[in-house]
Amino acid sequence: MRLEKRHRTSAAAYVAAPVGAVAFTLLVSALLVLWAGAPVGRTYALLAQGAFGSVFALTETLTRATPLILTGLAAAVAFRARLFNIGAEGQLYAGAIAAVAVGGMHGGTGLEWSPWVLFPLMMLAAALAGAALLLGPALMKARLGVDEVVTTLLLNFVMLLLVSALLDGPMKDPLALGWPQSVALQGDLELSRLVAGSRLHTGLLIAVGLAVLLWALLARTVPGFDIRAAGANPRAAAFAGVPVTRTVVLVALLSGGLAGLAGAVEVAGRTGYVTLDMSPGYGYSGIVIAMLAGLHPLGVVAAGIFVAGVLVGADSMSRAIGVPTYIADVIVAASLIAVLVAGLLAQYRVRWK
Amino acid sequence: MTELLDILANPAFWIATLRVATPLILGTLGVLLCERAGVLNLGIEGIMVAGAFTGWLTVYAGHGLWAGVAVAALTGAVFGLLHAWLTVGLALSQHVSGLGITLLATALSYYGYRVGFPKVNTPPTITPFAPMEWLGVPILSAQTPLTLLALLLAPLLAWALYRTPLGLAVRMVGENPQAAEGQGISVAATRTGAIVAGSALMGVAGSFLTLSAFNAFFFNMVNGRGWICVALVVFASWRPGKALLGALLFAFFDALQLRLQQSGEAWLPYQVYLMLPYLLSILALVLVARKAAYPQALMKPYRKGER
Amino acid sequence: MPAPPPAAAPDTVLRLAGITKRFGSLVANDGISLTLARGEVLALLGENGAGKSTLMSILFGHYVADAGSIEVFGRPLPPGQPRAALAAGVGMVHQHFTLADNLSVLDNVLLGSEPLWQPFSRRGAARARLLEVSRRFGLPVVPEARVGDLSVGERQRVEILKALYRGARILILDEPTAVLTPQESEALFATLGQMVAEGLSIIFISHKLGEVLRVSHRVAVLRQGRLVAEAPAEGTTQAQLAQWMVGHAVERAERRPARHVGDAVCTLDDVHTAGGRDALHGVRLLLRAGEITAIAGVSGNGQVALADVLCGVRIPTRGTAVLQGRPLPAHPQRLVAQGVARIPEDRHAVGVVGDLPVWENAVSERLGSRWFSHPWFTAGWIKRRAARQHARRVAETFDVRGGGPDVPARSLSGGNMQKLILGRALLSPDPHHPEPPRLIVAHQPTWGLDIGAVTFVQQQLVAARDEGAAVLLISDDLDEVLQLGDRVAVMHGGHLTDALPAEAWTREAIGLAMAGEGSGAGHAPGNDTP
Repeated sequence: MRLEKRHRTSAAAYVAAPVGAVAFTLLVSALLVLWAGAPVGRTYALLAQGAFGSVFALTETLTRATPLILTGLAAAVAFRARLFNIGAEGQLYAGAIAAVAVGGMHGGTGLEWSPWVLFPLMMLAAALAGAALLLGPALMKARLGVDEVVTTLLLNFVMLLLVSALLDGPMKDPLALGWPQSVALQGDLELSRLVAGSRLHTGLLIAVGLAVLLWALLARTVPGFDIRAAGANPRAAAFAGVPVTRTVVLVALLSGGLAGLAGAVEVAGRTGYVTLDMSPGYGYSGIVIAMLAGLHPLGVVAAGIFVAGVLVGADSMSRAIGVPTYIADVIVAASLIAVLVAGLLAQYRVRWK
Repeated sequence: MTELLDILANPAFWIATLRVATPLILGTLGVLLCERAGVLNLGIEGIMVAGAFTGWLTVYAGHGLWAGVAVAALTGAVFGLLHAWLTVGLALSQHVSGLGITLLATALSYYGYRVGFPKVNTPPTITPFAPMEWLGVPILSAQTPLTLLALLLAPLLAWALYRTPLGLAVRMVGENPQAAEGQGISVAATRTGAIVAGSALMGVAGSFLTLSAFNAFFFNMVNGRGWICVALVVFASWRPGKALLGALLFAFFDALQLRLQQSGEAWLPYQVYLMLPYLLSILALVLVARKAAYPQALMKPYRKGER
Repeated sequence: MPAPPPAAAPDTVLRLAGITKRFGSLVANDGISLTLARGEVLALLGENGAGKSTLMSILFGHYVADAGSIEVFGRPLPPGQPRAALAAGVGMVHQHFTLADNLSVLDNVLLGSEPLWQPFSRRGAARARLLEVSRRFGLPVVPEARVGDLSVGERQRVEILKALYRGARILILDEPTAVLTPQESEALFATLGQMVAEGLSIIFISHKLGEVLRVSHRVAVLRQGRLVAEAPAEGTTQAQLAQWMVGHAVERAERRPARHVGDAVCTLDDVHTAGGRDALHGVRLLLRAGEITAIAGVSGNGQVALADVLCGVRIPTRGTAVLQGRPLPAHPQRLVAQGVARIPEDRHAVGVVGDLPVWENAVSERLGSRWFSHPWFTAGWIKRRAARQHARRVAETFDVRGGGPDVPARSLSGGNMQKLILGRALLSPDPHHPEPPRLIVAHQPTWGLDIGAVTFVQQQLVAARDEGAAVLLISDDLDEVLQLGDRVAVMHGGHLTDALPAEAWTREAIGLAMAGEGSGAGHAPGNDTP
C-alpha cells in the first residue's frame, strides 16, 4: 500500500472528511449497540433526542459543551504550537480549586470584596493556576528536551491527589456530610442562567467569546504567527526571528489558562463547589475535540457541541434503554481515529501497488 | 529511621516490590521495543486496560489462566496492529494515534464490562495465579509465573536486540530507516512487527493486574502505570537491562511509600505518599534529559519513495 | 585517464530499456535506455532535476518505473525491491549517506546480509570479512567505531564498503565528490581504479564536468528526463557536455571583478563558538562594501556556525562581531532591520516555514517591524494589506512562480523557493525609499538548483555587490567560489585562513587548505588583513 499526494485538495474535501468519518464511526458503533442486545435505530434515535430533541436537551447539551469548548481551545492552541498538553484535566482542577480558594465562603471567613472585583480576580486566579501547572512541563521541554506528553499526563494524577488532600483538609466544606467537597462559592459570584429554569449559564458566552478571541489572536496577530510558525517548524521560525522559548511560554500560559478557566466556569456555573468527580474526563475529551476541529478555534465550538451532544444523549439514552453510557466514549474515541484517517485521505490517494 | 530498617528487613516488602514491578517491567519492555523501532506508542495505558479486561474475562468464562494471558497478548497485538497501520502505513501523528488508541481501548473495555455485568456492587472474582512454591527460592517462590516471565524477558530481549540479525534490523529501522531500506530491509514490516510484539507485551502487563495482583477487574485499575512505563523507557536509555533495573527501582519506592503510609506515622496526608511515584517519574525524566540517546528516527514518520 | 576496459567485445552487465517514471504531472524519466559493460565506468551527467537520481533509484529498487525493463547480468531484475537489486549484485552509494550514527561501522555494514530468522549474528566472521574487503579495496575502517564520530570521508568509505561487502559487481555512486576535498576526491578516483581492475562496473553520477571526463570511459547526458547524448569520454570536451546538459551553447560567464571597494561593513575578530565538531576557533574576517568575500571549504568545518553568527542565530562565546561600528545584534529581526540580508543553507528546513502560506513567509523576518504590524498594545495586530502587497512585489520582482500567495510555501519548487528567500532578503519594505542591503550572508545559495536558477541567483549577488553591498558567500562548490569571489578564504576545522584576492590562490593551495594542510594562509605581500 502506498500513499500518493493528490494534486488538488478542495475545501469541500476538508469539510467532508470529518463528516464522513463521524458517519463511519456511528456505523461501527452500531455493532456495539447490537452486542448489548439493544435495537440500533431506537438507540440512536434516543441518543439524538437526548442531545437535541427538546429545549431541555439542548440546554443540557450546551451546558456540557461549555467546559468542553474551553478544554478544546486549550488543546487546540497547545497542539498548534506542537506542545502536546495532555494535562488539561489536572489544569481544570487546579483552576477550580483556585477559584474556590479566592471566591469561597470558607465558613464565613472568605474574602468580602465587591463581586465586580472578586469575580475577575477569581477567574484570573483560576487561569494562573492552570497556567502554572503547564509551565513546568513546557519549560522542561523547551530547555531540557523532556517530552511534555508524559510529564503533563503524570501531573494530572498528582493534581487530583492534591485536590483530594485539600478537600480532606483546609478546603473542606464544614457543612457537608459524606462525600468530600470543597467550601462553597459565594452566591453572588455564581454565573447567571441563560435560560430560566435550566442549568445553562453565561459560561457558554465566555467560552464562545474566548474561541473568537483565540481565532483572532492566531490568525491576525504577530504572537499568533509566532505560535503557528514555532509549531510548524521551530528552526525556520527561529531563523525568522520568532522568540521560540518565549512563544512556548506564551502558549503554556494560554493553554493552561484556558483549561483552568474551564474549571472555574464549571464551579461558578454548574456546581458551586469542587468535588473529585466534577470532571468526567473533560481534559481528555478536549483533545479529541481539538483534533476533530482541525485545531481551528471556531471549529472547536462546533466539535465541542457535537461531543457534548453525544455524551448527554448517551446518558439519557442509557436511562431509557440500558445500553451502557460508555458507548459515548467509544464513539468519541473512534471519531478521533476516523477523522485522522479521513483527513489523510483527503490529501493523499491510496495506491495498492 | 528504625521504622525504615524494619520495612527493609521484612521479606514481605521485597515480595511486594517484585509484584509491583512486574507490570512495569512488561510494559516498559513493550514500549522499549516499539520505540527502538522508531515509533512512540502512547496506546499503552489503554492496551493495559484492555489486556486486564480480556484476560480476566477469558478466565471468568471458564478457561485457564494461561489462556487468559494469551488472549490479553492477542488483544494487545490487535491494538498494536491498529497503531502500526495508522503510524506506519498512513504515517499519521504518533502522539495522536496512540492517545486515540488509549481512549478507544479503555472505552471499549469499560463498555464491554458494563454490557456483561450491568448491575454489580462488588466486582466478580476469579482464582488468580498461585505463587510458585515449587521454586524453593526465598522471595521468588512467593511470586507468580508472570513475574518470572518478566524477569527472564529482559535479558532475552536484550540478547534479541543486540545479537540477532532481526534485532539489528529493528534497531536500524529506529535509527535510519533509509539505511535499512537501502540494505533490503522492509521498514514497514519491521516496524509493524515490533509494534505488534511490543503491544502484546503491554497486554500481558495489563493481564497481570487482574490475573495475579488482584483477582477482579475494576475501573481505574491501571491508574497511570502505562505512562510511568513510557517515562521509564527514557530513564533506561532504551536498554532492556536498564529498563529492568529502572522498573525494580521504581517499584521499590512505590512499595516503600505504601508501607510508610501504613506504618501509622503519617505526618503527611496519605495523598502525598501516593503522589510520589508520579513525581519520581518526572524527576527521572528530567535527570536523564540532557544525555538521552534517542533512537534517531523516533517519532519521524517515514514515507517510502515520496518526493 | 582510467585504464581502458578490456579490448575484446565487453559483455554487457546491465541493460536499461525504455525506463519511464512520472510523479504526478512531472515526467522524471522518459524512455531512457542505457547499457553498461563489464569493467566500464559510465558517467551519468545532468543538471539538478534532470532525472539522474530518479533513474538510479529505480535501478536500485527505491522506486518502481511506470514502464521499461532492467536486466542485470542477463537476468531480468524484479522492480521495487532493493533486496533484489542487492542480490543481483547492484550496490548504491547514496549522496546523503544512509548510515545510523548511533551504531557501529560493523553494525551498519552487517545489516541485511544475514537472514532475519537466523538466531545468532555471526559477528566475528563478519568482522574478519569486512577487514578483508576493506584491505582489498584500500578503504581502511575501524569496525567498532561509532559512525556518528567519523569524518565525512570516513563515512563515505563505510557507505562504499556496505556495497562491496555484499558483493556488488555494479556500483552506483551518486555525487560522491560533493562532500570531499580535492585530495580526498583523488583518493576516491584511485579506489575506483582499483575496483575497475577487479572487474567491477561503475555508474558515476555527477554534475562536475571536469571530473566526469577524467574518471569515466563513457558519458551519458540526461536533460529533462530524456537521454540526449552518449559519447566516449575521450575526445569529448567540457563545452560539449555543458551544451548537451543545457540544450544550447553555454558561454562561460565572464568574471566581473569588483569596481568600487568601500569601507568595512562587518568585522569578526577572534570569534569562538561553543563546542562540537562544527565550532569556530578564533575566526577573523573583514567584509567590505562593494566586494564579494567567498569562503571555500568542505561542509561541516564550521561554515554553519559562521553563518549562524552572522544571521543572528548564534552568539559567539568569545571575540567581537561588529556591524557598521556597533556590536552585531544577536537577534534576527534587529539584524534584518539594520540591513543584513540572509540566505540560509537549507531552504526547506530553515528558509521557509513550509506549512504557512507564501505571503506570510515573504514578510516573516520583518513581521515585528512597523511596516507590517501595529504596536504591542494592539497585541501586535498584523497589517495584512501592507504585508500581502509586499509579498506581491517580492514575487513579481524576483519571478517567484508556483500557485499564488496563499499556497503553502513547501509546494514551491526549489528554484522558486530560493527566489522567494532571495526576494525577502533583498527587497526593502519601503517602496518609496528602496534601500539595498548593507551586508548579504549567502550560505550555499545555489545548492540543488538548475542552471537557470543558479545564474539568476549569482547575478543577483553580483548586482547587489555593484550597488555597494558587502557579500559573504559560503560555498562548497570551488568553481563558484573562484568564479564569484573577489577575495577568497578557506575554512577548515573551525579555522579560517586569511582572505586573499582570488588570483592569489591556486586550486592546489585551496585544496590543501581545505584539508587543513599546506602553508595555509600564504602571507602574500600586500594582503589586506586589518
